[in-house]
Amino acid sequence: MPLLMPLLVAALLFSIGAYGVLVRRNAILVLMSVELMLNAVNLNLVAFDVWLRDALLSGQVFTLFVITIAAAEVGLGLAIVLLVFRNRETSQLDLLTELREEPSDPAGVGTAAR
Amino acid sequence: MSVVEVLFVLLGIVAVGSALLVVTTNQLVHAALWLVVCLGSVAGCYLLLSAEFVAWVQVLIYVGAVVVLLLFGLMLTRAPIGASTDLDAGLGQRAVAALTAGGLAGIVITALVDAFSGERIDLGGDVSTGSSASAGSALFRGWVLPFEVLSLLLLAALVGAIVLSRRDVGVEPEAADGGPT
Repeated sequence: MPLLMPLLVAALLFSIGAYGVLVRRNAILVLMSVELMLNAVNLNLVAFDVWLRDALLSGQVFTLFVITIAAAEVGLGLAIVLLVFRNRETSQLDLLTELREEPSDPAGVGTAAR
Repeated sequence: MSVVEVLFVLLGIVAVGSALLVVTTNQLVHAALWLVVCLGSVAGCYLLLSAEFVAWVQVLIYVGAVVVLLLFGLMLTRAPIGASTDLDAGLGQRAVAALTAGGLAGIVITALVDAFSGERIDLGGDVSTGSSASAGSALFRGWVLPFEVLSLLLLAALVGAIVLSRRDVGVEPEAADGGPT
């Protein structure tokens, strides 16, 4: 099998995941897109492991580690999303603007110089 | 093309197509279900690459646990059943995101084709490279220390998730702060 086949699938999956992270407004959909990107990386790791015939199976073992870390990440991420939802009654990311900077005045230096 | 290559191309098309549906569908629950299709076909790709153990772990943890967690998250944030209109950002941000993702894909694919276009994965011969026996022995011989560190990380994540989702953490009961009497 050409090595390019898994690599191309992985590159496309990663780009689609990046698009989802940038576009989606719902926090859980953003988490799903992050999962897509992690899967692309896993596919790369397995493909290179099989290609290199690594004696220690580094690629496959790292894939297992990434899957575990992804599970931990989803658990913590969902706990945070639920906490935000409980406090704010929303999981739309662009409504959570509490910590942003105030839009600067037209002069631009007024607040910075203070 | 051999049978394995044809199957891999088909699974890759399914994976990429369902991933596109995950990021473009306007129904929340459908996105989670298309994610199942995508992760399942990636597991099939692992099987075709002879990484059998990783494939089953992918099915168990991703398709089993992670998607169920995501569905629970959707349920607990009162996700609407049916189509929603406010899942995507505005048109301008969507255009910039498509441009970014398309540029990323173009650059990465160009680099990959340039670097690896002639290489082939040799799938013949020893088929036991990804079996659970060899993966287990690699995990517990060469990688046992990272494995244990990872179990600590999972414990920390578990404790963190519990602390985050409990309602009564940090609220001292008024009657309990009298100290020893």
